[in-house]
Formats: sequence, C-alpha cells, structure tokens
Amino acid sequence: MAIVVERPKLTLAEKFYLPSIIAGLAITWKHLKRAIFNKGIVTMQYPEEKWDANLPEWYRGAPTLVTDEHGREKCVSCQLCEFICPPRAITIKPGEIPENDKWRKVEKRPQEFDIDMARCIYCGLCEEVCPEEAIFLRKDYSITGLNRAEMVHDKETLYKLGGVKSGLTFKWNELK
Amino acid sequence: MDTALILHFLSTPWVFLLWTTFLKSFIFLNLTIIVVSVTVFAERKVSAFIQDRTGPNRVGLPLTLLGAKKDPFLWGLGQMVADPIKLLTKENFVPGGVDKLYFWLAPKLVMIPPILVLAVLPFGSSLFGVEMTIANLNIGVLYIFAIASLSVYGITLAGWASNSKFPFLGGIRSSSQMISYELSLGLSIIPVFMICGSLNLNEIIDWQVKNGWLVSPWWPKGFSIHDLLHPAAILHSFVAGVSLQRILLWIPLMISFVIFLVSIFAETNRLPFDLPEAEQELVGGYHTEYASMNFALFFLGEYAAMFAGSGAIVSLFLGGWSCPLIPDGSQGWFWGLVNIGVFFVKVSLMLLFMIWVRWTLPRFRYDQLMKLGWLGFFPVALFNIFLTALILAFVRN
Repeated sequence: MAIVVERPKLTLAEKFYLPSIIAGLAITWKHLKRAIFNKGIVTMQYPEEKWDANLPEWYRGAPTLVTDEHGREKCVSCQLCEFICPPRAITIKPGEIPENDKWRKVEKRPQEFDIDMARCIYCGLCEEVCPEEAIFLRKDYSITGLNRAEMVHDKETLYKLGGVKSGLTFKWNELK
Repeated sequence: MDTALILHFLSTPWVFLLWTTFLKSFIFLNLTIIVVSVTVFAERKVSAFIQDRTGPNRVGLPLTLLGAKKDPFLWGLGQMVADPIKLLTKENFVPGGVDKLYFWLAPKLVMIPPILVLAVLPFGSSLFGVEMTIANLNIGVLYIFAIASLSVYGITLAGWASNSKFPFLGGIRSSSQMISYELSLGLSIIPVFMICGSLNLNEIIDWQVKNGWLVSPWWPKGFSIHDLLHPAAILHSFVAGVSLQRILLWIPLMISFVIFLVSIFAETNRLPFDLPEAEQELVGGYHTEYASMNFALFFLGEYAAMFAGSGAIVSLFLGGWSCPLIPDGSQGWFWGLVNIGVFFVKVSLMLLFMIWVRWTLPRFRYDQLMKLGWLGFFPVALFNIFLTALILAFVRN
C-alpha cells in the first residue's frame, strides 16, 4: 500500500527562508566564536598527540616475529604464513640449525624472513595459521619509508618489533 | 635632463592622468591579489572553526632550514604563500580529447572579468588630490553588470571544452543560473539609481556621505569630528535625517539590498548557489579536468569575483569608503589613507560574511534556485521599483 507523506504546512516566516537562515548563522557564529578561543576543538594534532593508549585489544598492526622467554626464535620456518599470505608479502628462506646449537632438536629456523610492508594488508591470516605461535600482529601502524626497499621488514626488524612473548599463548582465546 | 623639466612633464594633465592611473591600477591589483590569498586562508580557517576544527596551523617560516633552532609559530599563516607556490610548480596536465584552444582560454575568461570590474570601484576618496578610482565612469554600475556577467562564458567554455560529463553539467548549470539571477541583480538596484540620481559609483558614494548609507539613510551631511564637540549638532543631524520620505524609502532599499546581496552570492557561484561546482554532485564541476595554474586561475577568478562583488555591495549600499566621524581625503593625505583602509575593512567584513554564509547554508536544489530567481526575486524587484517611484513621487519630505 502506498503511503502518502503529508507535506507540512509552512508558516509565512518559514516560506521566506530568512528567519531560519539567520538562526543558522547564529549557530555557526557560536561555534566560530568558541573555536577562535581554542575551546571545543575536536581536532587531534596527530604526530604530537596520538590515540595509541586507546587502541583496542584486538587491533591488528604490523606483523612481527617473537622469541620465547628462553630467547629461542619461535619460528620454525614451516612457511605456512608465506603460503597463506594473500598479497604475498612474506618471503622466507628456511635454514637448518647447526649441530652445536642449544636448540638443535628444533631442526629449523628462518635464515631470512622478509615482510614487505608495502604489500601487507594487515589481515592477520599469518598469525592465525602459525602452528608455533611465532608471528603476531602488534599495534604498530605507522610504517614509513622513503623507498620500496625501506618498506621491507627483515628478520632483525621483525624480532625487534615483536619482542618476547612469554608463557603459553592461547591463540584461540579472545585475549592474546 | 633637468629634474624640474621631468616634474613639469609629469604634471601635464594627460601624462599625470596616465601615470597616476597606472600606479593606482598596479597598487589596487596587487592589494586585490593579497586580499584573495588572505581570503582563501580565511575561508579554510573560518570553515574549520565553524566545524570545531583547527584548520591549517602548521605552515610558518622555515627558519630551521636556515640554521635557526625553532620555527616561529605563525598560526599557519605561511599557508597563504605555500598554496600559490604549490599551484605554480605543479605539472599542468591537460587530458586527452579536450578542445585545446577553449580549454586554455576558459580560465583566463573566468579570471579577467572580476579584475576588470575593479576598475570602477572607488576604493578611497582621494589622496593628494588624486581620485582613488581607477576609472571614474558615468555608467559605472552598468559597466559592472556588463563585465561581471561575462565570466559565465569562461565557465561554460571550460565545461564544454573539457570533454567530460561533470564539467559539462557544471557549465550548463552555470549558464542557467546566470540567466535566473542576472535579471533580478540588475532590477534590484534600480531604486538606488532613482534615489541617488546617478549611475556613477563615486556620485552614489557622495550621496551616501551626505545622506547616510543606503542601508540606513538617516543622517544628512554626515557626521564630522567638529560635530562631536557640539552635542546639539549630533542631535540636529539625526532629527533632520528622519523624514517621512526617508523612513518609507528605507523599506524598498532594504528589499533591494537583500535581493542584491543574494544575487551577488549567485553571481560569484558561492554557496548556497554553487551549483556549477557542487563538489558532492559534480566531482569538481566545471574545473574538474584542470590542474596547476589553469586551476589556480579559476580559483583566483572566483575569489576576485567575491572581492569585486563585495566591493560593489559596499559601494552601493554600505557607504563605500565613507565612515561616520571620518572626513574624506580633501582634509589631508592621512584621512585619504584612512578612507582606503575603511573600504578594505568593509570589504573584508563582507568577505567574512560570504564565508560565514557558505559554511552555514546547504546548497539549493537546481529547480529551487530557478524558482527563487524567476518567481521570487524577479517580481519582488520589479514591484520594488514601482514602490520606490510612488514614494518618491507622492511623499515629498
């Protein structure tokens, strides 16, 4: 059934526009006057002021690699993240752990681990797929570089950003 | 060459006229360009304040590049210089398929008319006996209408030459809008001519100096500093200014002021009538395909038109360079300078008002605009003329 919307009857003042225009001007003038004296301004001066403290728990920032509390690289270079990565940002060169190493029984660790941040879409699939809980999306979001080469995070940078993740991580829990 | 001989040559009438006119044009044009860049900055700042933002507040003097410890904080005033530099140094990209000749011609056609309008605006009384109008034309106001409406050709040509949908729509809108408003713009100020008895802007301002501004025609002879010493004289000038004819004339004058003001908004393509460049509907309107300095010329044209329009409003209705208590330039060069200052202050306030209105009102719909122009302002302006004529004919004092 068609619904007929009744047009409101306008008073003479409303038909003339001018009173409502003046009312509108009064409102904007109030805001202008307030803002000139630096009150009520909602702009955040970005590089000086940041929202970092208010980032949500589940925020997906830059992917990073972590070590455990014994200083072991958690990554075993299984390359699952490399295969699942939708934009193919991850490049891993697996390497064998030498005989005399303390963690010989782990057998493998990445020789090179590059994440091209110019390609990364912050989807978090690498974190989800990792069987060793070695790759985590941290809260860094301001990744900058002057050229493409600078945008590639190598293994050293990734471990520096990731830091240590101690204890058991329950990766299917809400809190990570 | 002898100095006396040069001075003699410079003060022969036509040479004197020539070099003073060149000097006036040069100074007024440069002042206008400065006002335009300040207005662009003010537009951004005021819009930000109205929307509870800060606006541009970073660009200042890059003294740290020259070895200083800290850049001075200038509230972003450097933006006024940074914007033109950016526009000047950008690549002037011309898309394929455009009509080259008209594509290059259009921005110039938009920019030139508002600058030509400046020629007849009296921006001061007189300085060292030289009249502060570039051209003292007897048909001043008609000249303004004739020239100002030419800028629509630039906009329409830009829309057509761009070979693109959105600019084309912008161009079409611009021409229909111009037809709707030009008429009421012209008709609305006929009462002014009937009251002042002249089309010459200088003479209209002289009338306002003697009888009070046209928006409030109350004091005859104008105030002067000498009057201040005699309270009786102030009272006298007010009482003498109020006559039945004046009170009645005030009504048609207010009507023509409002119509003229609104029509100037439409003429300069400002919101609420910025249909040719409606960003939300037409991408950028007629200048969508333009870049770099070509775009900057459109920008310059728009803001110069704002300046010229404000100048016309100020000269016609708000007393031009005159201000109560301030004598004109015949009392000494200092007062001549003050008068120029008064004109620029009034124009700046008018520009501020235009910006303020822009960030308050939403855009009119296409048909609403035409309806307002043809069915609203046109008959009212016509009626206004007859009202003024009747008052002038039957109410003698």
